[in-house]
Amino acid sequence: MSWVRTEMALAQPAPGSVRGPLAWVRKNLVGSVGDTILTILGIIIVAWVLPQVISWAFINAQWTGPDRTVCATVAQGGIQPDGWSGACWAFVNAKFGQFMFGTYPVEERWRPILVAILFVALLVPMLMPRVPRKGLNAILLFLALPIVSFVLLVGGMFGLPHVETSRWGGLLITLSLSFVGIAVSLPLGTVLALGRRSKMPIVKMLCVIFIEAVRGIPLITVLFFVSVMLPLFLPAGVSFDKYLRALIGVSLFAAAYMAEVVRGGLQAIPKGQYEGADSLGLGYWQKMGLIVLPQALKLVIPGIVNTFIGMFKDTSLVLIISMFDLLGIVKQNFSDANWATAQTAKSGLVFAAFVFWLFCFGMSRYSMYTERRLDTGHKR
Amino acid sequence: MATENAVSAEEIKVNAAKMHISDTDVAIDIIAMHKWYGEFHVLKDINLKVMRGERIVICGPSGSGKSTMIRCINRLEEHQKGKIIVDGKELTNDLKKIDEVRREVGMVFQHFNLFPHLTILENCTLAPIWVRKTPKKQAEEIAMHFLKRVKIPEQANKYPGQLSGGQQQRVAIARSLCMNPRIMLFDEPTSALDPEMIKEVLETMVGLAEEGMTMLCVTHEMGFARKVANRVIFMDQGQIVEQNTPAEFFDHPRHERTKLFLSQILH
Repeated sequence: MSWVRTEMALAQPAPGSVRGPLAWVRKNLVGSVGDTILTILGIIIVAWVLPQVISWAFINAQWTGPDRTVCATVAQGGIQPDGWSGACWAFVNAKFGQFMFGTYPVEERWRPILVAILFVALLVPMLMPRVPRKGLNAILLFLALPIVSFVLLVGGMFGLPHVETSRWGGLLITLSLSFVGIAVSLPLGTVLALGRRSKMPIVKMLCVIFIEAVRGIPLITVLFFVSVMLPLFLPAGVSFDKYLRALIGVSLFAAAYMAEVVRGGLQAIPKGQYEGADSLGLGYWQKMGLIVLPQALKLVIPGIVNTFIGMFKDTSLVLIISMFDLLGIVKQNFSDANWATAQTAKSGLVFAAFVFWLFCFGMSRYSMYTERRLDTGHKR
Repeated sequence: MATENAVSAEEIKVNAAKMHISDTDVAIDIIAMHKWYGEFHVLKDINLKVMRGERIVICGPSGSGKSTMIRCINRLEEHQKGKIIVDGKELTNDLKKIDEVRREVGMVFQHFNLFPHLTILENCTLAPIWVRKTPKKQAEEIAMHFLKRVKIPEQANKYPGQLSGGQQQRVAIARSLCMNPRIMLFDEPTSALDPEMIKEVLETMVGLAEEGMTMLCVTHEMGFARKVANRVIFMDQGQIVEQNTPAEFFDHPRHERTKLFLSQILH
């Protein structure tokens, strides 16, 4: 019965059956009969769809051309053989400026382009954790840039001709609405979430009323409200710019959703963290700002980015108050007789979808990167 | 019942005299304190005077209100009746006073409550920098000093999640010490630790006691109580049932409940 180990066993490498690509295939693709059937089905679907997509979007696609003839078959009055089907990128190409800037005057388009360059120049270092001076960067991006952009885009000062916001459109509107919405909704939503959990009854009530009222109303209604109803309540002669009204509507709407996302994070922080901070004598704002929020916001990064992405796409709804974001301006151009072909709408929508997807996918990937970077949990 | 459970002020004075501690130097004074959780009367008529430099161990069955009592001392829990005076400041709804008291009173929790998103060093420097307004460099020096004292300076740049339970608890002690507290509260500091790690935490606490820190410690480590405590307090059903020097307490318990409790835990 009695036994004692004389030599401790050494760690050995794992056997080949659990390592390498072959093991991966065995485990993930053909692990069981069901898995194998699904794998084969998946391969068949890809093999059926992919060639069609590639042939439509690339091989048969028309990239340049002066008008609809390059994208229409002979029967339709064009130059393509009968039965041809391909993307009409020539349409997107010809209308690209409009898709980006709407009806912003052509000779003034250097202004939004300059704003875009400044935006990228400030955003990229902001997103890279290694670049130093984050504080200055944030001030430039969130305070200086909006002011400079306002001066550049609206004009009417420093010798820049005034450009009505009604002439703005396309990606310019989509991005500027989303950027302001994101920059406003996160801090405002955080304050609302803290207010909702506050012990002060009035503060709490105001936050609950705001959040529940805005969340209970569709965005379209909010936009209608700010564009149609708001002027009724304002004294005669006072008028808000329509773009500004949309900006406020989108920001407040997103803030209400953000508040609930952040509140979810706050609830997930254990009581011990609050007590640890309290016992050290930290005040309320120190406790929240240094201990609770950094952890809570990190927990709800997926929810925050979800809200950002939702808001980015929801900006399309400004169409309802006759503003033309990227999707709106693409749709508007379908009616151009010069480009009316069977392929125009498809191509335009695919292009718009691709641009939306590009931004959303970028946000999604960046959020996953941030989650990994901030993970100090070291779960064992 | 009340006369039997409550310890008279006379008795405290006698005990204090026995332990050669000056009556004038009171660190904590709890006078006829009561607390309710809703309708539930959790602390009843607590009277406790703690002298500076005194080391008190509080024990008792679970649910007897030991943790609640020491959590009242830094206002993690609010009392509804009676007085708590810490370091000459009475605890009321005055938030400024509460923060002042918390600055002077360190607390170590059962589950450490380290901040998982900050490194060990940042955990230790956070409060000195933000509450005491100590320059960062100086705060780091102080932190390293105390991390050396709890024997884990080499872990300074790791995160709490990478440390063992015993190491985390020692960091928690160092974090409290960085605020240079006059009083330390320990709320079952070894209850969540593996058996092998209890010793390293207790050794740290013994070291602290030897330096003359005023300590209130809720614990079931009776060896620790015998070794360092000036006074052992036994609580049951939200009241102080018995208090005495450790030798008397363990060898000649007087109250029936104390006798029962000791017979259960000292096999």
